[in-house]
Amino acid sequence: MATTLDQVFAQTKAENRAALIAYIPAGFPTIEGCKKAIKALVDGGVDAIEIGFPYSDPVMDGPIIQAAAEQSLAHGTGAADVFSALKCATDAGVAAVVMTYWNPIERYGVDEFAKSIADNGGSGVITPDLTIEESDRWIAATNNNGISPIYVVAPSTNDSRLGKVTDHCSGFIYAASLMGVTGTRTSISSGASDLVARIRKVSELPIAVGLGVSNHVQAREVAGYADGVIVGSAFIKCLLEADTEEDGLRAITELAQDLAKGVREGR
Amino acid sequence: MTTSESTILGHFGQYGGRFVPEALIGALEELEAAHISALKDPIFQAELAQLHQTYTGRPSILTEAKRFAEYAGGARILLKREDLNHTGSHKINNVLGQALLTKRMGKKRIIAETGAGQHGVASATAAALMGLECVVYMGEEDTRRQSLNVARMKILGAEVVPVTTGSRTLKDAINEAMRDWVTNVETTHYLLGTVAGPHPFPTMVRDFHKIIGQEAKIQVQELVGRLPDAVLACVGGGSNAIGIFHDFIADASVRLIGLEAGGDGVETGRHAATITGGTAGVLHGTRSYVLQDENGQTVESHSISAGLDYPGVGPEHAYLHDIGRAEYRAITDAQAMHAFSLLSKTEGIIPAIETAHALAGAIQVGNELGPDAVLLLNLSGRGDKDVQTAAEYFGIKL
Repeated sequence: MATTLDQVFAQTKAENRAALIAYIPAGFPTIEGCKKAIKALVDGGVDAIEIGFPYSDPVMDGPIIQAAAEQSLAHGTGAADVFSALKCATDAGVAAVVMTYWNPIERYGVDEFAKSIADNGGSGVITPDLTIEESDRWIAATNNNGISPIYVVAPSTNDSRLGKVTDHCSGFIYAASLMGVTGTRTSISSGASDLVARIRKVSELPIAVGLGVSNHVQAREVAGYADGVIVGSAFIKCLLEADTEEDGLRAITELAQDLAKGVREGR
Repeated sequence: MTTSESTILGHFGQYGGRFVPEALIGALEELEAAHISALKDPIFQAELAQLHQTYTGRPSILTEAKRFAEYAGGARILLKREDLNHTGSHKINNVLGQALLTKRMGKKRIIAETGAGQHGVASATAAALMGLECVVYMGEEDTRRQSLNVARMKILGAEVVPVTTGSRTLKDAINEAMRDWVTNVETTHYLLGTVAGPHPFPTMVRDFHKIIGQEAKIQVQELVGRLPDAVLACVGGGSNAIGIFHDFIADASVRLIGLEAGGDGVETGRHAATITGGTAGVLHGTRSYVLQDENGQTVESHSISAGLDYPGVGPEHAYLHDIGRAEYRAITDAQAMHAFSLLSKTEGIIPAIETAHALAGAIQVGNELGPDAVLLLNLSGRGDKDVQTAAEYFGIKL
């Protein structure tokens, strides 16, 4: 069964462009502010949204997402808020997934978590610290609930392992553009296009590139070879640096518009 | 008898495994291969043994604590003196092993996390000895509590990075070290200091520490002519405990007792007794017991001992607990500090505050078992680094 996300990638492929995927942590800057940010992203033209489950020990994240997670957790964001943000995104008409470290899923209940994703219109879950060797229960749960398990691969992932990891994946493959944590970078490493080329040899799934993309030029560059462009820290920065929430939301929409142009100019 | 030998992919029952970004898998596989080949390589083993003999000061001696025993039901209390190792704790056993592996893998830079500073000092020492670059991540709160060790690391040529995120303690230092590792994995080995983290760390770190139990088993039998009734050790991440427990796991008559940091008391919620007061979960790349809330967020731990102030624990301990082979008890700050003072005054040995938790456990267990009992205790570290904390605690003016 095709998810909303599958439909998005089918459509962007038909339009010969990359999809623009935004990341925002649930409960950031506040529970209600997050929902406004989701609307601002949708207004700006993003195709899909990743709702982050803020976590106390985000070892894959750089200072910007760490700060957002800390702010969100400070007012008690929990699973219910993640699902309500997810619903807010899907209600707004975009495809949406959740991105979370593994422990909150295990704590919530593996089957229950997958079911709640589906119940709230979500298309899948990105699990950056779940290895395929530890995935049996999760793969069963996502299958049972018709959602996509989405894994992150890195430039250091060798070809034989790329094959194994992508075999476990559906929806899309998250290609980390570099060896490092999330955050804005001045340039996108050449490792990203090499990695995408290596994934193409082992998988037909759409490939989205994340880590470090923050502006129009980078989005255009990545859209030249990838099926999706993922932007997180740059959006969060809009909210962290704005004087008022309104300013921040406006900046989000403007950045999304700019990036949306970029993903249409790559080919 | 069930043993706790790790099976496929470093699992101990339902615990252990690998929960890490894909970016680290290559490095973990490389490390696992290096560890396995080193285990079978007589040249590597001889080099490590030579270092232990001429640098660490192994074998560490066994000291009977006769005056202390009067406060522990008259049981015979035998202290395995890891505090006399070079750098003052058991940590050097693992550090020298991993530093040799670092060279074997052709890497030039090590990073390490540290709580009390013992592992950081040991890492900085090994880096100096072997000509490796060394960066130590340490929670800002711990750099204050353990300023002497910060100075030691700097004197040894290491860079110490104070970590200002989260609770600013050991947990956050590990987060920051993992971020560094993800970024610099090609040139850098993460010299993890305890039996936690993703496979192969729990197995590998244990293998480098099990010499403690192997030596002690022979020494105890030479001294008393039989196996001890119980083996005691403090448990934060659990490296010194696994080190002394491991050779006794197959000896069903020997009780294995881990003493966790009870802080203000487990019932107050302000503690670091992960097995006693935690639940199964995933933290820092491994499934084990974790102090966590209903959303799976790690809860901050509390202990007077920086080295035990960690909301996770090694997966092999979780397994030994679940199968009933080892027992774990919580010792409060107050009980630990009482034992700290008692050992100092009765034996002339100032223990690390971490180790004092095990000593408080020995007082309990000795009183339970009485004068016929023989207790083996891992005196895992010396207390020089804790003099300031102890002085503050006991109101001694500096």
